[in-house]
Amino acid sequence: MLLANRPAGPLETHPVDVLVVGAGGAGLRAAIAARDAGASVALVCKSLLGKAHTVMAEGGVAAALGHVAPDDTWQIHFRDTMVGGKLLNNPRMAQLHAMEAPDRVRELEKWGAVFDRTEDGRILQRPFGGHTHPRLAHVGDRTGLEMIRTLQDRAVRAGIDVYMECTITHLTTGPERISGAFGYWRTTGRPILFPAKATVLATGGIGKAYEITSNSWEYSGDGQALAYEAGAELIDMEFVQFHPTGMVWPPGVRGLLVTEAVRGEGGILRNNDGERFMWRYLPEDRRAEYAATDEEATRWVTAQSQGKQTDARRPPELSTRDNVSRAIYTEVREGRGSPHGGVFLDISYLPPEHVRRKLPSMYEQFKELADVDITKGPMEVGPTTHYVMGGIRVDAETGATTRPGLFAVGEASGGMHGANRLGGNSLSDLLVFGARTGKGAAAFAASLDGESYVDPVQVAEAGRALAVPLERDGGEDPYALQRDLQSMMQRLVGIYRVEADLDEAIGELEALRARWANVAVGGGRTYNPGWNLVFEVGNLLTISEAIARSARHRTESRGAHSRLDHPETDDANWGNRNTVVRQGRNQRMEVRSTALPAMPAALRELLGAAH
Amino acid sequence: MPDAQLRVFRGTPETPGRFEDYTVPVEEGMVVLDALHWIQANEAPDLAVRWNCKAAKCGSCSAEVDGRPSLTCKTRLSDFDLAEPITVEPMRAFPLIRDLVTDVSWNYAVNKTIEPFSPPDDVPQEDWRWQQRDIERVQEYRKCIECFLCQDVCHVLRNHETERPFMGPRYLVRVAGLELHPIDQADRRSYLKDEGGIGYCNITKCCTEVCPEHIKITDNAIIPLKERLADEFYDPLQWAWRKLRGEPAESAAGTPLPVLPHTDLPPAADGGVGPAGDAGGD
Repeated sequence: MLLANRPAGPLETHPVDVLVVGAGGAGLRAAIAARDAGASVALVCKSLLGKAHTVMAEGGVAAALGHVAPDDTWQIHFRDTMVGGKLLNNPRMAQLHAMEAPDRVRELEKWGAVFDRTEDGRILQRPFGGHTHPRLAHVGDRTGLEMIRTLQDRAVRAGIDVYMECTITHLTTGPERISGAFGYWRTTGRPILFPAKATVLATGGIGKAYEITSNSWEYSGDGQALAYEAGAELIDMEFVQFHPTGMVWPPGVRGLLVTEAVRGEGGILRNNDGERFMWRYLPEDRRAEYAATDEEATRWVTAQSQGKQTDARRPPELSTRDNVSRAIYTEVREGRGSPHGGVFLDISYLPPEHVRRKLPSMYEQFKELADVDITKGPMEVGPTTHYVMGGIRVDAETGATTRPGLFAVGEASGGMHGANRLGGNSLSDLLVFGARTGKGAAAFAASLDGESYVDPVQVAEAGRALAVPLERDGGEDPYALQRDLQSMMQRLVGIYRVEADLDEAIGELEALRARWANVAVGGGRTYNPGWNLVFEVGNLLTISEAIARSARHRTESRGAHSRLDHPETDDANWGNRNTVVRQGRNQRMEVRSTALPAMPAALRELLGAAH
Repeated sequence: MPDAQLRVFRGTPETPGRFEDYTVPVEEGMVVLDALHWIQANEAPDLAVRWNCKAAKCGSCSAEVDGRPSLTCKTRLSDFDLAEPITVEPMRAFPLIRDLVTDVSWNYAVNKTIEPFSPPDDVPQEDWRWQQRDIERVQEYRKCIECFLCQDVCHVLRNHETERPFMGPRYLVRVAGLELHPIDQADRRSYLKDEGGIGYCNITKCCTEVCPEHIKITDNAIIPLKERLADEFYDPLQWAWRKLRGEPAESAAGTPLPVLPHTDLPPAADGGVGPAGDAGGD
């Protein structure tokens, strides 16, 4: 049953086997898996069902189906993922992901997803940055919409209770495990309690910690902060992906994503001098994987657009995201940028009808929001905060966190993508580990007897915390706090980092935290966005501190983490260590390193001679 | 650049609704949603606005701008005469929650009554093959971002002076996407006729006009479905064949639609235009 709201009562309480927080692709897939395993499931989301960030995913879902390149295998997908992640990925996660993604994609088709087709009538796959072969199953450039709609219809049909526009603010803890979650209806402000045998966090990312981001208001690090406060560990939080191509103009849409599919379909990056600058930024050890000349790159694009195989190698624009972002940032900083502070991305040399068919929503987005016809001229693009590789530490097989009863999946979890995520791997990640985590959570719940007991003292405290900002007479404005946090993180913890900046950021975060403790809002509880923002800013402060402290801890550059004071990749000291954050004594944040999970010899062999 | 005057509906079902005027500084390329965010950040922190992607991909920020159902994230201020106030109201077809936010849960309840995709049991998935041209139409239907603007503008849902329910254009589009899937096996025709109330649609095309995804809702989804029904129920040969084979014409689903609750908003301060009104600069 769908529940937009409930009548008043003492405290609305819904005991369940499995509570899933977040209804993007990961949460939906986990909820379906838990339900299929026989668990009762409640699915809670901050927005309406079907509006989560998955809907914004454009380019496709990576899976070695081998429909376009018959030579593609899970082993090659595994290698690409590890190489893209600078070998910091949890190897078991990368292995499971590559092995199981094809089945998870086929399953979507069985549930009604309508992917683009090859000439022989099978699911079409497109090339993407860092992927050796054309591997992304897609629907034009609205793949995420297709996926979320398919999963949403499946979940509702499976009889999962969906609590829309409901925010979780606290996890309740028992002596042995997480016992459930407390939150409130955004529509009415009334509190709600979910005693749960297992709780799955599928809350997505942290983009709203930054000023320029492709993420919506929802991405406030809720799951990471809830897990941290409940004593679970976060890993690799220094690795924040700045997507190379966000819109830079007009101001209202700065940061809005321009899909990598534009480059996958042949988009060329140029600076203000008209130079195709990516030739200069290809890492030497991977140069052989890319075209050597404009002519070869063009041959590759032509073959791709006709769905044909070719011996031409891929264009330099399809380097990994971390590398392309740094290249664009450097071009702009050195004065070769476009009028609005980006670079040019040009797909207009291809036939207009082809561009409109393969990139319909990009065509619309630029026409409607920027008065630019991408079939006639170049777009202006620049880096935008897009994704966090780090997150809640999980077990590869089941999605279990370091706290019993608590699970995490999707962008909220960490480990799968290492130091840099390949495009297309997030949609496959959420399917593969959504299914595994839902099953894992259901199995954990089945091992417990009776209903989950929730400590009433914790519930009362959580309830009081909701009321405080409404009752305080004068105080800090949550909108101003969020603005100050975002501009500080953009300035001090962005693409390039240096110790002095990170120290300054940690100091500023302490000051912002003190201001947050005095935040006040008016306007009551009914659908009050200012009041909602209070709790989101609190979460953002926690995860911003985790990012800044982790970034300070890792004194090397690797993947998306670039230290100007430590520009080298230091394999000897850092190549086999994850950064771990957890709450220590007196609620101080502790940072340390732990050894990367060992890679079995059979997997290591797949990485080839270079590694 | 001149400032914009926004006249925004404020209120809840319990309090009398009112329009409040805000003066918003205009930047190049600004959309109505940017202006609403400016109001939240500077004048009214509790102004209720539903939004997510701000890129016309999620369909959350639907409202009526100068009487026209619109996505506020893609409605440009430069399309309006800024000498006049721009009126922003919630969707009128759905019950008010607060300010610009309405309760759209009825739509989700309707969706649940639709029989899902039903592939054949006897063809293994490895053998599923179809061409791109076979699914172009289905993919058009599946572009829908569920903004519910078509539901909002639909005069059958807006007026619903009848007890008989109508599922509305959004869900006719969804059913069309299932019915025209190359290998779907289910038959939703009785459902469309009875529970879905497709007969209530008299093809005024208001829904097509407001669709931000440019889905040709009436021509490409509703009319083909109506034609299928005409073949099924009014073709004498089909009728005779059904009788001979003894097939019931009853729907397999048989779930009645939920009832759409009534909603009443006060009239706009300047007497905002009705459904599919053409005020507003686009």
